[in-house]
Amino acid sequence: MSNAAVADKPVSTLQGATLPKWSPYAIAGGSIVVAVLIGLLGSLDSKIQWGLIAAILFVVGTYVIAARVEGSRQAKDRIATSLVWVAFLLAVVPLVSLLWTTIARGVKVLDIYFLTHSMGVVGDTEPGGGIYHAIIGSLEQVGLATLIGAPIGVLTAIYLVEYGQGKLSKAITFFVDVMTGIPSIVAGLFILSLMLMWDMQPFGFAGSCALAILMMPVVVRSTEEMLKLVPNELREASLALGIPKWRTILKVVLPTAIGGITTGIMLSVARIAGETAPVLLLVFGNPFINNDPFHGAQASLPLYIYQQFAQSAGSGAAYDRAWAASLTLIAFVMILNLVARGIARWKAPKTGR
Amino acid sequence: MDISTKNPEEAPPPTPEPSTAERKRTARGATRPGDRIFLGISRGSGILLLVIMAAIAVFLTYRASLAISKDHANFLTTFEWNTGLVPPKFGIAVLAFGTVVSSIIAMVIAVPIAVAIALFTTHYAPRRLRGPVSYVIDLLAAVPSIVYGLWGALILVPHMIGLFGWLNDYFGWTGIFSWEEGAPRSMLTVGILLAIMILPIITNVSREVFRQAPQMIEEAALALGATRWEVIRMAVIPFGRSGVISASMLGLGRALGETMAVATVLSPDFIIHASLLNPGGGTFAQNIASKFSEATPFGRDALIASGLVLFVITLLVNGAARLIIARRAEYSGANA
Repeated sequence: MSNAAVADKPVSTLQGATLPKWSPYAIAGGSIVVAVLIGLLGSLDSKIQWGLIAAILFVVGTYVIAARVEGSRQAKDRIATSLVWVAFLLAVVPLVSLLWTTIARGVKVLDIYFLTHSMGVVGDTEPGGGIYHAIIGSLEQVGLATLIGAPIGVLTAIYLVEYGQGKLSKAITFFVDVMTGIPSIVAGLFILSLMLMWDMQPFGFAGSCALAILMMPVVVRSTEEMLKLVPNELREASLALGIPKWRTILKVVLPTAIGGITTGIMLSVARIAGETAPVLLLVFGNPFINNDPFHGAQASLPLYIYQQFAQSAGSGAAYDRAWAASLTLIAFVMILNLVARGIARWKAPKTGR
Repeated sequence: MDISTKNPEEAPPPTPEPSTAERKRTARGATRPGDRIFLGISRGSGILLLVIMAAIAVFLTYRASLAISKDHANFLTTFEWNTGLVPPKFGIAVLAFGTVVSSIIAMVIAVPIAVAIALFTTHYAPRRLRGPVSYVIDLLAAVPSIVYGLWGALILVPHMIGLFGWLNDYFGWTGIFSWEEGAPRSMLTVGILLAIMILPIITNVSREVFRQAPQMIEEAALALGATRWEVIRMAVIPFGRSGVISASMLGLGRALGETMAVATVLSPDFIIHASLLNPGGGTFAQNIASKFSEATPFGRDALIASGLVLFVITLLVNGAARLIIARRAEYSGANA
């Protein structure tokens, strides 16, 4: 972009005085030193306060110096620049803290034993036990949800892009958009109200249904985007050869967009894999291994994390297990994300640019 | 006719021996059985989505009406949740207050930061930093909410003590920031955690809007001697305002419905606290998650009733956001 170059424009006679290029670093260094001094002298024990003082000093210092040397417009520009940087760094802090604590605390008990044993005979506050039952539950529930949600989502997107005109497709588009915003707990309550009708007990598949509801709109949106990227010439060529529209869609349009569609489905799988609320209402949790998603309560990874946190009365062993399960869940979600993005890059539709 | 001709080695063109009548029809379009079936299936899926949305509304309303009809207190204005009493008394006043307050705190913190980060990725970051920055934001979005909840309860809460003490010392006189030395499991902590969680969606949608800001106008402003900040203030932000508003509303929708992060961090009660720092209060979603396991069948209906209110609120917020965003059809928050 052109505007990046403007800030670094060499000094010319047409321009007023400018601060040298190293000045932001110098001001940053200076404010950190002053902040550390203030922190030591004022005996502030929180390092966060030190950082905040440094940031404030930096912003104020930049403004004052720039206003004196360059004028107030340039000073405002510099302030905006530093505020934008501060905002970015602010967003990085929680992410780094979250990933760091999850990894540092998670690896404590995360081993093969942890991955291959259930909580069957382990009390909530005792050490030991594992997440095998939760992994089984998560895989089955998310797998079933994908089996329901992905085809419906893809077919709906096909309808919207390939056939859709008129009121029906407008209504579907609008409600798909609204549906992306349904809180997961509401989807859980919906299935719960169905279960209350027939007096059913919690079981894994009920959770899958709620997760499928959460997944469908995401799949529809991403598939729609991908189908729109398929060049019309491909469709026209196929139709001109006399191929029926449905075979054109199945054999020409879908294969062209399949990379993006897969990516969208995997991202939505990653999202529902972390959903806790519907699973809490519908699947209920179970310390024992239950391989049958259609009968009886099951566990799931996110639910396991919540229950280890909430039912352990502050026991360190349970917190360790919760962190280790979090690490497993994050790893699973991140790997899905990475693979999905990899597929997107590898199979990106050739749009003829 | 020939739905069975799916084997790939068969040459795609004309179907075996179409009669003249069939050939006429195929020329017109979707009258072949294969086409009709496929159209039927895909249209059916779309209709199924609409049916699901309608069913959610209908079933929630039905179960909620069962509960509300037996409520011996005003459902909207009551400050307690006693579904087990013999005339049951429960109401959503505290939950509505808590949901709105925590979401507002989250918005106040998240929107400016998200807009700044979006500007950072489109206008400020060095070119080779732009990809990684977007990736970091996507990582924030990919972390499951329960992990945020665990992190919030075990890491963020202890770190809030310093901030709470400071706020109490200097702003305690306002009443909203007074603090009576409890664990900081309060609305402010919840709001901060929610802000971190909704940051990615607001950032991603805003970034798409800012990226579409007309380059010509920006360059014209630069040529006239505007600083980078003036370009953003005069050319980029006015262009992206409606996009930022709808992005914020999408984030608001997320914050309103967030369950686990609130349930782990907040220590709930059924009192409206004037101070944001004192623990207590509750939100719709948090109340459902924490009360559910001990609820009687009737209690579950009452929770469904509160869920219905949440559903209606999020529906309105998201619908409004989508109506604003509909004018620019190119982007959506679905992939954010």
